[in-house]
Amino acid sequence: MHIDPEKAKALPLRPIEADVERGRLRFFAKATGQRDPVYSDVEAARRAGHPDLPVPPTFFFSLELEDPDAFSFLSELDIDMRRILHGEQSFTYHSLAYAGETLVLRPSIADVYTKKGGALEFLVKRTEVTRPSGEPVAEAEFSLAISHPEVTA
Amino acid sequence: MTATSEIAVGTELPPLRIEPISRATLALFAGASGDHMPIHIDIDAAKAAGYDDVFAHGMLSMAYLGRLLTDWVPQEKIRSYRVRFAAITPLHAEPTCTGRVTAIDDGVATVALTVSLADGTVTLRGEATIDVR
Repeated sequence: MHIDPEKAKALPLRPIEADVERGRLRFFAKATGQRDPVYSDVEAARRAGHPDLPVPPTFFFSLELEDPDAFSFLSELDIDMRRILHGEQSFTYHSLAYAGETLVLRPSIADVYTKKGGALEFLVKRTEVTRPSGEPVAEAEFSLAISHPEVTA
Repeated sequence: MTATSEIAVGTELPPLRIEPISRATLALFAGASGDHMPIHIDIDAAKAAGYDDVFAHGMLSMAYLGRLLTDWVPQEKIRSYRVRFAAITPLHAEPTCTGRVTAIDDGVATVALTVSLADGTVTLRGEATIDVR
């Protein structure tokens, strides 16, 4: 079954307030094999001119997942979790963010479209990341590919 | 780290070779990234979805490719970074991240990015724009 694009775009996704934690950034650095000490050692970060550990380029995706219900829109739209793959991901950056900050993430479903006669469906979610003052930090765009093997193109 | 003034069209980024991806890699990344989708950490869930085994999170490869960029220039120089996930990364794969400057316009360099596996499979293609003024 395909997603109703109007229903998807009207779905209210709640904003997320995420605390950027040093320990979490160190864990992320370890899990991604990061050897640059700027991402795990506060002193090394300060020597490089940063006030604290910087948030690495893709970690905004993880900050959004701080909300345990971040993917609940999938079930609200009856999307079969076994048929989804991450299709595309993009980030646009305005300023670096650091451990110790609180960031606000505002997600919304921006687009739903099909390809290959409906055998492949895409859902695009955009997220604005700002400081609590509203100062922009980054934008993220998440594109989910949903396969519909029942449709033969 | 490269001085951004030395960057020219055709500049190749020093390739980043990644250790083979183990089940432990995926368990650690699930915890650290907050992506707990069972298909990446639970073989039963992977089989139920029609896969032979668990496979790596796309965002793990995107994070590796992010390391390629931040090893090359300070992170504050990165203006944008996007990827398309072209193929799944199986367990035990050994990804290599590469990049090449394809254009420089108005002080902004465009870098074409690729993650490929030892057998030649391209798992991810992307592009970053870097401030080189």
